[in-house]
Amino acid sequence: MKQFWAFVNKEFLHIFRDRQTILILLLMPVVQVLLFGFAITTDIQNSSVVALDECQTAESRALLKEIESGRYFDIVQYIESDRDIDAIFKKGKVKIAIVIPQDWSRRIGAGQEAPLQLIVDASNPNEASILTGYLQGIAAQFAGLEPVLDVETRMLYNPQLKSAYTFVPGVIGLVLMLICTLMTSVSIVREKETGTMEVLLVSPSKPLYIIFSKTIPYFVIALINIVTIILLSMFVFGVPIQGSIALLFGVSITYIFASLALGLLISTVSSTQQIAMIISLMGLMLPTVLLAGLLFPIENMPMPLQWVSKIVPATWFIDMTKAIMIKGLGIGLIWKQWLILLGMTVLFIGISVSRFKIRLS
Amino acid sequence: MRTFLFLLEKEFKQIVRNRIILAMIIALPTIQLAILPHAATYEIRHINLAVVDADHSTLSAELTAKLSASRYFNLVLAGTSYEQALELLEDGKAHLILEIPPHFEKSLRLTAKAGLMIAVDAVDGTMGSIGSSYLNQILQSFAADLIARGDIAYPDAALQARVQVIPQYRYNTQLDYKTYMVPGILVMLLTLVGGILAALNIVSEKEQGTLEQINVSPVPKQSYLLAKVIPFWIIGLLTLAIGLVIARFMYGIVPAGSLLTLYAFAAVYVVAFTGFGLLISVAAKTQQQSMFIAFFFLLIFFLMGGLFTPISSMPYWAQVITWFNPTAYLIDVVRLIVMKGSGFADLLPQFFCILGFAVVFNVWAIFGYDKTA
Amino acid sequence: MSEAVIKVENLTKRFGDFTAVDHISFEVRKGEIFGFLGANGAGKTTAMRMLCGLSRPTEGHGTVAGFDIARQQEQIKKNIGYMSQKFSLYNDLKVWENIRLFAGIYGMKPKRIAAKTDELLNRLGFMAEKNTFVEKLPLGWKQKLAFSVAIFHEPQIVFLDEPTGGVDPITRRQFWELIYEAVEQGITVFVTTHYMDEAEYCDRVSIMVDGRIEALDSPRELKKRMEARSMDEVFRQLARKAQRSAD
Repeated sequence: MKQFWAFVNKEFLHIFRDRQTILILLLMPVVQVLLFGFAITTDIQNSSVVALDECQTAESRALLKEIESGRYFDIVQYIESDRDIDAIFKKGKVKIAIVIPQDWSRRIGAGQEAPLQLIVDASNPNEASILTGYLQGIAAQFAGLEPVLDVETRMLYNPQLKSAYTFVPGVIGLVLMLICTLMTSVSIVREKETGTMEVLLVSPSKPLYIIFSKTIPYFVIALINIVTIILLSMFVFGVPIQGSIALLFGVSITYIFASLALGLLISTVSSTQQIAMIISLMGLMLPTVLLAGLLFPIENMPMPLQWVSKIVPATWFIDMTKAIMIKGLGIGLIWKQWLILLGMTVLFIGISVSRFKIRLS
Repeated sequence: MRTFLFLLEKEFKQIVRNRIILAMIIALPTIQLAILPHAATYEIRHINLAVVDADHSTLSAELTAKLSASRYFNLVLAGTSYEQALELLEDGKAHLILEIPPHFEKSLRLTAKAGLMIAVDAVDGTMGSIGSSYLNQILQSFAADLIARGDIAYPDAALQARVQVIPQYRYNTQLDYKTYMVPGILVMLLTLVGGILAALNIVSEKEQGTLEQINVSPVPKQSYLLAKVIPFWIIGLLTLAIGLVIARFMYGIVPAGSLLTLYAFAAVYVVAFTGFGLLISVAAKTQQQSMFIAFFFLLIFFLMGGLFTPISSMPYWAQVITWFNPTAYLIDVVRLIVMKGSGFADLLPQFFCILGFAVVFNVWAIFGYDKTA
Repeated sequence: MSEAVIKVENLTKRFGDFTAVDHISFEVRKGEIFGFLGANGAGKTTAMRMLCGLSRPTEGHGTVAGFDIARQQEQIKKNIGYMSQKFSLYNDLKVWENIRLFAGIYGMKPKRIAAKTDELLNRLGFMAEKNTFVEKLPLGWKQKLAFSVAIFHEPQIVFLDEPTGGVDPITRRQFWELIYEAVEQGITVFVTTHYMDEAEYCDRVSIMVDGRIEALDSPRELKKRMEARSMDEVFRQLARKAQRSAD
């Protein structure tokens, strides 16, 4: 055991002496949470539109004024002909061209149907249909219609629709995976490459100690990262922790163990640092970003991808973190997910330890 | 010049022999294009909805049926208890709850007005707002149907019909999210090839000690770096070609604009990104460090580059940051070329920005590379 | 006495407040084998890196092959060969490809390279390994190859940083034969080592302790002066004064 702590000490020295790396490891999550928490949002506002007012009456001008007064649209240009529309779209800034036909006012006055034409850049389909919906609402309101259905919408858990609520749990999941899996696997393979691993392995200490001692500093760094991210999210984004902090840490530590075990596993199958990195990147980072519900809802994916997402550890972690932090759920509602994550962790540790032993013999 | 050719020969031999790189060139485009467009989607489809119907009337049943028939929603519950629905929401089994209050039909028929309530699991803010906005659209069209059928006596029934909004969708008439994602993924490919492979390259020579052998020779550092850029440049353009072929056969996406324009941009962009990778490689001490820095920037470049969420939705300060993001320009450009067929003349500002990045990153890498470090 | 190809005066290198090389001065004459001795951490490698233009001196000046080590590093590099203690040929290139690359870098013409490569490989008895990846060679062969590559472009001076680390005595012997052949061609050899038997092969040696040169002469003179039977004893007497520990 004494030997073990000697090794841990050596690993800490390695990492903490390298100020550049330690700075990156500690600051990177902070920068990411800040940037993503504030910047990544699909909340649509101030979309650029152009208007083609062929009607040129007080009414048509009033409608355009109405459109511009809301927070959704900016009329950036009044155009003369619908031939210009395509050229404008091709420059990429403008999303919609609103065309008010020549006889629009007259038709309203005569009680006839008065169509308002929208030419929509539908490259991004969501944006296109949401913006169309907004314009329909504005037009109906302009006509002085009282809506038949008065819909009251309540946004539960996140009334202001802050994107930080979505991203904080996700970024924790991502950062822990990066540090624990990528850094661990690469640092072990690096010792293999430079040959120092051989030196350690022929020493009388237990090989497993040597390997485990490499994971401890990353474990500590990961814990520091969790604390910083949670503090940031509480005090900068005002995301409160609704549930139990102890439970949150319990779940996080399980996830850290799973990630460290994955790092060990990758190190046993890769012969060079580059291979370890590619496996970490392709096998873990991409699935974590894409399939774990960090950015995209899992239920929208086709069935096979949903199955894959179930074997990504981050899926369960992010799910639980959201439940604990934001919904304030207790252990009664998340124990199943926790058990699954725990099972994965045990499995990964088991495989990597047995693989490591095989390699030695 | 002859020195340069010797170096170039060496880089090519090394790259061709590196099985990881060869695997990446083939596997990366295939896997990413096969999986990403399906995974990375905000397309609303089968979003889980619970309906709490406290009215039990013909109209409330009709509304429930309309929602369940919609391709946007997946009815997970049609019950009477709000608590039960809330439980589903907490469990993550439902995203939205629609509550139809008692006397819904009566109120509609008597006053042509009725209230409804939507509760959204807004932990995922994006899904919350997109989902509720789609739900709202269906509700409004339900109301319009009722008026049109004369089921309810709307005082201004004539007006409703008068102002009509007729949308005409261009470029992506099927409103298919995949068509939107594929061009972005092509950019991702170019970035990964240039950025990651180059970021690992010089630093790995540092670790192996061969860089010192180069440093102690009279090789000019520009030649050395240029010899590194060229193979990645070719690989990048090759990856793009493979990506375009896959996009064609898997998704039927053929660029509307000119391939030449597309390649002109890609060529400059790969030079920019390889320069960026080499810059990291020159600055980093170990491959581990350089990989970590590369990941850090790549995540920022992608997530803040309009790949998944529109830049126009970001707060202003974040939009300012995206001006310094080369990936943001190329994602924009490739979408414009592939989907709308924009020409080179339309895209001049973006071209000069990307060219600027190419110059800055590479010059910076040359100055940053100190042979007598 | 022949002319000096390396001249150094008060050469100093500091890293922060640590003085790795402390005001050393010496000359190396054309055509000699100059041994640069010292314990680990004595500052040998740092000093040598300054001479090769890999590191800038903090103080002092010097010339290598007639060029200033502080200002004309790229000129110096054209006239020297270098072999580091860390093996530094490309593992993923074949034997002939490594030779071609480094010869090409020093401006040799492809035809000349090809002819000289075959001549070299024949002389070393390596012809069968021409198309072998360097990675696959045994360590001793790698080092002989690395040395041959370092002098392939016929530099005035070749710098060898602990060239025989980790190889068996027979291979070391063969390696020194290569060094003598290089000297016969008129190449000056500057070699660091901590094998004291190798020091006996040098024309003159300098011994560094704690960043300073404590002794500089021919092995025979040094032994005589310190009344020692072997260079090993000379070294131990001098090294006893060391304050710095080897890392």
